Amino acid sequence: MKAKGLYFSSYVLWLLLFVLAPVALILYQSFISINGNFTITNYENFFKIVAYLRMTFNSVFYAGLITLITLLISYPTAYFLTRTKYKQLWLMLIILPTWINILLKAYAFIGIFSQAGPVNNSLEWLGLGSHQLLFTNTSFMLVAAYIELPFMILPIFNAIDELDESLINVSRDLGANKFQTFWNVTFPLTLNGIKSGVQVVFIPSLSLFMLTRLIGGNKVITLGTAIEENFLVTQDWGMGSTIGVILIAAMILIMFLTGEKKRRGR
Amino acid sequence: MVESIITFRNVTKKYKDTVILENISFKLEKGKFYTLLGPSGCGKTTTLSLIAGFMEESSGDILMNEQKINHIPANKRKINTVFQDYALFPHLNVFDNIAFGLKIKKKSKKEIKEKVNEALKMVRLPDFGDREISEMSGGQKQRVAIARALVNEPEVLLLDEPLSALDMKLRKEMQYELRELQKRLGITFIFVTHDQEEALAMSDEIFVMNHGKIIQRGTPTAIYDEPLNRFVADFIGESNIVEGTMMADEQVKFAGKTFECVDGGMEENEPIEVVLRPEDIEVTTAQKGKVVGTVISQLFRGVHYEIVCTDIDGNEWKIRSTKKVKVGANVGLDFDPEAIHIMRFNETETEFYQRLENYQGS
Repeated sequence: MKAKGLYFSSYVLWLLLFVLAPVALILYQSFISINGNFTITNYENFFKIVAYLRMTFNSVFYAGLITLITLLISYPTAYFLTRTKYKQLWLMLIILPTWINILLKAYAFIGIFSQAGPVNNSLEWLGLGSHQLLFTNTSFMLVAAYIELPFMILPIFNAIDELDESLINVSRDLGANKFQTFWNVTFPLTLNGIKSGVQVVFIPSLSLFMLTRLIGGNKVITLGTAIEENFLVTQDWGMGSTIGVILIAAMILIMFLTGEKKRRGR
Repeated sequence: MVESIITFRNVTKKYKDTVILENISFKLEKGKFYTLLGPSGCGKTTTLSLIAGFMEESSGDILMNEQKINHIPANKRKINTVFQDYALFPHLNVFDNIAFGLKIKKKSKKEIKEKVNEALKMVRLPDFGDREISEMSGGQKQRVAIARALVNEPEVLLLDEPLSALDMKLRKEMQYELRELQKRLGITFIFVTHDQEEALAMSDEIFVMNHGKIIQRGTPTAIYDEPLNRFVADFIGESNIVEGTMMADEQVKFAGKTFECVDGGMEENEPIEVVLRPEDIEVTTAQKGKVVGTVISQLFRGVHYEIVCTDIDGNEWKIRSTKKVKVGANVGLDFDPEAIHIMRFNETETEFYQRLENYQGS
């Protein structure tokens, strides 16, 4: 009993110091204006200033696009992975890049997409000429999708892998062709995998700021970039915190929307 | 010639280098209850999967209504399956599970509703349509699975050990219900089980399988009373199998004596095996018995005692008796000539039935 209490108290301590306290501080800070007064001007500004609203829209729009791209790549990938012979090995190879620091990967892509990089070299060799690839929205989304891919594949892979093979047989037995079986059985039964994948990808994508700068060339300004600017450049910690609070609220909303709903029943 | 609904012509199924089914041929008649019976790994479920279309045969032909269906996919066959683990869709409720096949076939809402409700009534689960699958008991799930298959009005219903997950009492109940349902609907049922009692109780005809081959086929009584070999005799019910010699037609020697029997058609002095069912042996006094044995154990089984004796040759005899005996006592074992069944070594099914016909005909 005593040992259990000890473990539990260390968990509570961790929770207090590294989860609740920072959130409380951010929340408090968000009500402090640039002059040091306790007001709600920061929130008023957020919803009044068009730039912030555009950033919010950009964040949601690009996070949505990134999530959609990763989902479209991940689902078929995960599906075929479950049908390969050495599926655990292939899965490992997909997970492997997540062990590398995101900054290193971003720099790697700068090299790949640069004027004299391998992509442009190949394009030239094919006679298509060299193009400005870096610092475009396309390259930003591509790299973001690449980085998020394993986090989307993993939950979907697990969901498909756990799917009972006999349910597929039943569906075929009852007259459904392959497509109908996918649409009526496989897809709805792996929806929870998709939902957790979307959560894991969409929420971090909302506040991407390093990639927007390094790969996207700051053409897309998201809320993540705005927070960074407010804290490090304009030193308006209150406004930065306010955006942080709004991001947290958005995350909670997304979690709530994609969370597992309790099935109706009597 | 009765119309055959499913025909196997020299069907072989290999998985890599392992032969799962070896050159199987049979014809199934419309409207009968067939059982594929055998130990696990005998190929019975593979046979079912081939009929359903979940697997493709390595060689040979499968016919339905005299039409080749080798390359027709499962969803185009007028065959439905009830799976061992029910395999109900967890994301759909009872109604939608049963309606699945009809919705795929794009039937009208009204028709679906009518048919599903009818199917629910048929399996005695009216008013259960709104329930979630997780709210149903094992027996109820079983019935939903049956309703889901039958609502599509298949010509053949395949049942893959559908009762194995149920408790004893429910199982017996479902045996009656299934048999009843089959008779009422007149659909051909192909039932797979490893439970010999289940097979004997329900079937019109049983196929006993082992190692990818059909060992013996016949009505339950034929298979029980005249097993082809040691495997069938052992697998179907309990039996005493002793070695003996065929002296002449209707004369068999075992346990040191020659007895009158009803079998014949073997060679003179041919070594054979004798089968005597435990319930066909009666315990009497040592003087009256045809074979004398010493009781080595007695077990009370409720309906009867299970007695084990050894005779002077060292043969063990299992007996079912309602009379109690004393362990260690010498008792006599009595049996009728009809109770003795003779099995030849390495006789094939065709040879066996041929001999029966020839001998009884002469």
